[in-house]
Amino acid sequence: MGRIVLEQVAKRFGDAEVIPALDLEIEDGEFAVFVGPSGCGKSTLLRLIAGLEDVSGGRILIDGADATQMAPARRGLAMVFQSYALYPHMTVRKNIAFPLRMAGLDKAEIERRVQSAAAALNLTDYLDRRPGQLSGGQRQRVAIGRAIVREPAAFLFDEPLSNLDAALRVGMRLEISELHKRLRTTMIYVTHDQVEAMTMADKIVVLQAGRIEQAGSPLELYRAPRNRFVAGFIGSPRMNFIEGEEAGRRGAFAIGVRPEDIALSREPAPGAWEGVVGVAEHLGSDTFVHVHETGLAETITVRVSGETPCAHGDRVWLTPREDAIHRFDAQGLRIA
Amino acid sequence: MATRRSRAAARMMMAPAVVLLLGWMLVPLTMTLWFSFRRYLPMRGGDLGWAGFDNYVRFVSSSAFWPSIQATLVIVGGVLAATVALGVLLALLLDQPIWGQGVVRVLVIAPFFVMPTVSALVWKNMFMDPVNGLFAHLWRLFGAEPLAWMSEASLPSIVLIVSWQWLPFATLILLTAIQSLDREQLEAAEMDGAGPLSRFVHIILPHLSRAVTVVILIQTIFLLSVFAEIFVTTQGSFGTRTLTYLIYQRVLESQNVGLGSAGGVYAIILANIVAIFLMRIVGKNLDA
Ligand SMILES: Nc1ncnc2c1ncn2[C@@H]1O[C@H](COP(=O)(O)OP(=O)(O)OP(=O)(O)O)[C@@H](O)[C@H]1O
Ligand SMILES: [Mg+2]
Repeated sequence: MGRIVLEQVAKRFGDAEVIPALDLEIEDGEFAVFVGPSGCGKSTLLRLIAGLEDVSGGRILIDGADATQMAPARRGLAMVFQSYALYPHMTVRKNIAFPLRMAGLDKAEIERRVQSAAAALNLTDYLDRRPGQLSGGQRQRVAIGRAIVREPAAFLFDEPLSNLDAALRVGMRLEISELHKRLRTTMIYVTHDQVEAMTMADKIVVLQAGRIEQAGSPLELYRAPRNRFVAGFIGSPRMNFIEGEEAGRRGAFAIGVRPEDIALSREPAPGAWEGVVGVAEHLGSDTFVHVHETGLAETITVRVSGETPCAHGDRVWLTPREDAIHRFDAQGLRIA
Repeated sequence: MATRRSRAAARMMMAPAVVLLLGWMLVPLTMTLWFSFRRYLPMRGGDLGWAGFDNYVRFVSSSAFWPSIQATLVIVGGVLAATVALGVLLALLLDQPIWGQGVVRVLVIAPFFVMPTVSALVWKNMFMDPVNGLFAHLWRLFGAEPLAWMSEASLPSIVLIVSWQWLPFATLILLTAIQSLDREQLEAAEMDGAGPLSRFVHIILPHLSRAVTVVILIQTIFLLSVFAEIFVTTQGSFGTRTLTYLIYQRVLESQNVGLGSAGGVYAIILANIVAIFLMRIVGKNLDA
């Protein structure tokens, strides 16, 4: 079980209001991802839930019980830190066993649980090593192992993959997703990488300056971003924003088109936006073409499937898919 | 400093310091060695010729030798125990965010800047004097008979005085070690259900082990040669005659330079054994 409800939870550090009162519900078994730019309060929010920081106001309910004043250990949550926070003088075995030892379990039971966690995480061969003798990915697994042996009500992850290289990150991302599918335990995951957010989450919570801009499933956020901030944050490459006459024609202050919703042609087309190619990034599977001199925005990015023979200085014509255009008013809110 | 020329230049520039240091060490060392093999009694005839290993044998077989080793070990051990234990506690306290932290830290470091002679005299006359000392007043306040510290509790008194001087050193080193502890480790332990005591035992103490080793080894080197505190308090009486003090008495009080020098050579050997330990353990710890 692990249903976490935040009611009007707020946090101030001295005079600085880092998190204005917010409400949030995370269902049992849900994989919730907090995303947002650096310094927006993701870690702080996670630490409030963990009990490592005291709230300045509001209540935190875990499975219906008020946990606001509970000590971190009593909340039944396990946390995986960005730095892993392994105990450097203990072997992997002792690291994983530590929470069980603190809980006063008997030796045989501890050993059984450590073995099964190690088997699940491919750590059996490393049980007698110290953290200093492990690679980044292995350390990451030990940190996760230490979290799962406790069989917590929910897992909290604070940017757990940010210290890994790109290839390993993709691998660990899958492992964590699979762990979630297998354990069906609530997970709250902090990241500033929107790809991680999109691929792992059941629910994405987009934060900015401590406020929740939008919370919903990845596709909800992708299809119907509530405002320009969310629209720009979710999706890669970023959505193109166009203000002025072109937006006015469609009855909006600004319009947004995702790079994948623009067709690129090398022939003039009626109603198309004309521009000059700045850089074309060839990824093999896709090509990202950055188009300048359209008179609409500084750069318009277009995503073309597969290879396209575009080079710097080429003249191109862009046609947006009309039904995929997002419209925003002067306050940046979506116009339905 | 890679090229041959720059290395030669470096050697040239270091030479004066090296020569000076060598002279500084070698001259007294050679003289000590030389005198230790002579019968040299300055007030009783001067240099009376070759003595062979007489001085060495006499120094060890004197009834004062083993008690002096024992006193040395008690003082070194006592001060180490007190400074490490209190140092860890103080460092933990100073690590807490408290009001007036800067002032408190300066106050804690202050004893280190007081000269040993001065602090020993202050302790002896202001605190431990059996008639007018603060402790005597305190004892009387509770209706107890004041303690004549220097004669009735001579070794503990000296341990107390020396510990007071060395506590800042231990505290400072341990404080920096505590501050280098990753906060997330403590938070992880807290989430893992470790209470304050468990966190101290399982996380903080192991983290401090290297700093404690350094404190112990460096202090041992200096504590082996404690002298001023004994000189201005008990003058070596009441069982406070350490090896260093014994050597001093042989040379200056008995005016037997040869015998004292032999003791000096023993002290050098003892200090070197400890120094080798220090190098090896510190070196190993730094590798790890
Ligand atoms: N202990 C503290 N005292 C004062 N201010 C703090 C403290 N901890 C965090 N803050 C402030 O709160 C804000 C949010 O910090 P937080 O660490 O939650 O950001 P974040 O979203 O996790 O950022 P990042 O992606 O860089 O990790 C920041 O502006 C930070 O300066
Ligand atoms: Mg953070």
